[in-house]
Amino acid sequence: MATPIVRVEGITKTFGGKVKALADVTLEVEPGIIYGLLGPNGAGKTTLIRVLTTLLRPDSGRAEVAGVDVLADPKTARTKIGLAGQFAAVDDYLTGRENVEMVGRLYGLSIAESKRRAGQVLDRIRLDQAADRQVKTYSGGMQRRLDLAASLVGRPEVLFLDEPTTGIDPRSRIDVWELISDLVDGGTTVLLTTQYLDEADQLADRIAVIDEGRLISEGTSDDLKDTLGGSVIELSVPADRQAETIDALRAICGAEPTVHELTSEITVPAAEGAKTLTDVVRTLDAASITPTDIALHKPSLDDVFLTLTGHPAETKTEEEPVPNGRRGRRLRRKT
Amino acid sequence: MTAVTAPTKPGRVAASLPQTIRDILVITRRNLLRNLRLPQLIVLSTIQPIMFLLLFTYVFGGAIGGTLPPAAAGEYINWLIPGLLVQTAAFGAGQTALGLTEDLSKGVIERFRSLPMARSAVLAGRTLSDLIRNGFVISLMMVVGVLIGFRYQTSLAGLVAGMAIAMVFSFAFSWIMATIGLLVKNPEAVQAAIFLPVFPLVFASSVFVPTQTMPSWLRTFADHQPVTVTVDALRGLILGEGALLPGNTVTGQVLLSLFYSALILAAFVPLAVRMYRRSVN
Repeated sequence: MATPIVRVEGITKTFGGKVKALADVTLEVEPGIIYGLLGPNGAGKTTLIRVLTTLLRPDSGRAEVAGVDVLADPKTARTKIGLAGQFAAVDDYLTGRENVEMVGRLYGLSIAESKRRAGQVLDRIRLDQAADRQVKTYSGGMQRRLDLAASLVGRPEVLFLDEPTTGIDPRSRIDVWELISDLVDGGTTVLLTTQYLDEADQLADRIAVIDEGRLISEGTSDDLKDTLGGSVIELSVPADRQAETIDALRAICGAEPTVHELTSEITVPAAEGAKTLTDVVRTLDAASITPTDIALHKPSLDDVFLTLTGHPAETKTEEEPVPNGRRGRRLRRKT
Repeated sequence: MTAVTAPTKPGRVAASLPQTIRDILVITRRNLLRNLRLPQLIVLSTIQPIMFLLLFTYVFGGAIGGTLPPAAAGEYINWLIPGLLVQTAAFGAGQTALGLTEDLSKGVIERFRSLPMARSAVLAGRTLSDLIRNGFVISLMMVVGVLIGFRYQTSLAGLVAGMAIAMVFSFAFSWIMATIGLLVKNPEAVQAAIFLPVFPLVFASSVFVPTQTMPSWLRTFADHQPVTVTVDALRGLILGEGALLPGNTVTGQVLLSLFYSALILAAFVPLAVRMYRRSVN
């Protein structure tokens, strides 16, 4: 692994003497990748971003960005980073260009240089058509992209994006994903937080799963899925046969099945893939249990989160149920 | 973990004076552009003091006229204008609190804090742009005042000096408002909070009426608090020494007003800066 561009060592932060927002988090990010911090609301992702962007001092631990100690030398650290927060921090009454140029000036660029850079990033972020309109005429997705442009104008070595696609429509979301991927091709390292499983899965080269302030797992999407040891079986059975089914699955698969709170869907690791599935179908058939639905699939990050944290990672949100159920769902902590 | 690398460009990152000035100007420009793009803001915040001017002149003018010192030349508006300039300066400073809370709630301040800019620039740029804006509103009031009969009784230089004193006071008051804004944080709540210091100071003062008829406990406060001192300094400069309480001199009131403004700045600049550092933690 190349020399890490972000190093976090034993960072702990407690709010109000009780609420542990971060508990001894340690991680390293190699340059030129997209690194995803994945976890439900309140997991501590934003707190970690705020520590790394000099906005918050942790109680203990060390943090380094682009070779600069964030805690000892925040001034230098700020010259190395770009931050786009959870809300588009742009001024409605200025034009897109004015917003970006202003941030360029505050990065210490000359007037001419900030104009030139603003033109470049607006072009790159595909806002050049709208650049001279006031931001209040922009859609939510455009405002997010402008915010991203502003965070890029100072040529940051590391770009921090806090939930870059939360609250924007699905089409803009894909636009933002493409932009982020392009940035990394240009050599920028991106550290982003997300509560969307599919976002981390599709976008991030490496993922750190964070829950209740603790780093519970770290690796590539595939690494995380491998912790489940292969495929999983998902099935639904009539409610009155559920207990019986779970006992049977436990015996066949040698693992504890989990039941989705709302959908009552049963998930269980299938160590031997199709063979395990066949065994399950035979056994259920012999017991005259007819599944209403059964499938074998590669584990998703949903399954990973479930297994790692020991509690269901997500419930269906208030959003419309999506076919296949995987897109756009958010992680929710069980209450 | 290896030792921390030394800061690469220490010369560029230290907030040098030229950088600080440049950052303050960038923020000031941004805030002023906002005023230009949102003309309703200027129009509405100008209407209010002008409404005060018209209402007080025509509603109370007749009743109060008789009790005025001769320096007012028998016209309530001559007495009222210096008072309203200071009132406008104090009310206008409230915009500082509003502007800051809006930036806080929209995450703009968070972005500024993550940039390698001078830390003082956000507050200094905000108070500076509000000063310029209030200067505009005060000048406009003066024009309306002249249109409805106001005449200075000393010299043009006295008038200009008086307006300058009002601006200094406005700037100092902006820092009180900055502190309130950073304390309250919520843009809706701050609208109510900014009136807390403004109303007692403006009404328990010589802005609208001479203090002679107030109960003695209130008069003691009214005669010595910063708004009255500043209003009296303006009246002295614009109407002449005859407008002042017996024993007070124009120079004395001017110096006392400047002293008050300096005192407010000495207390609230460090306080606001401290609050700003903690504001988003």
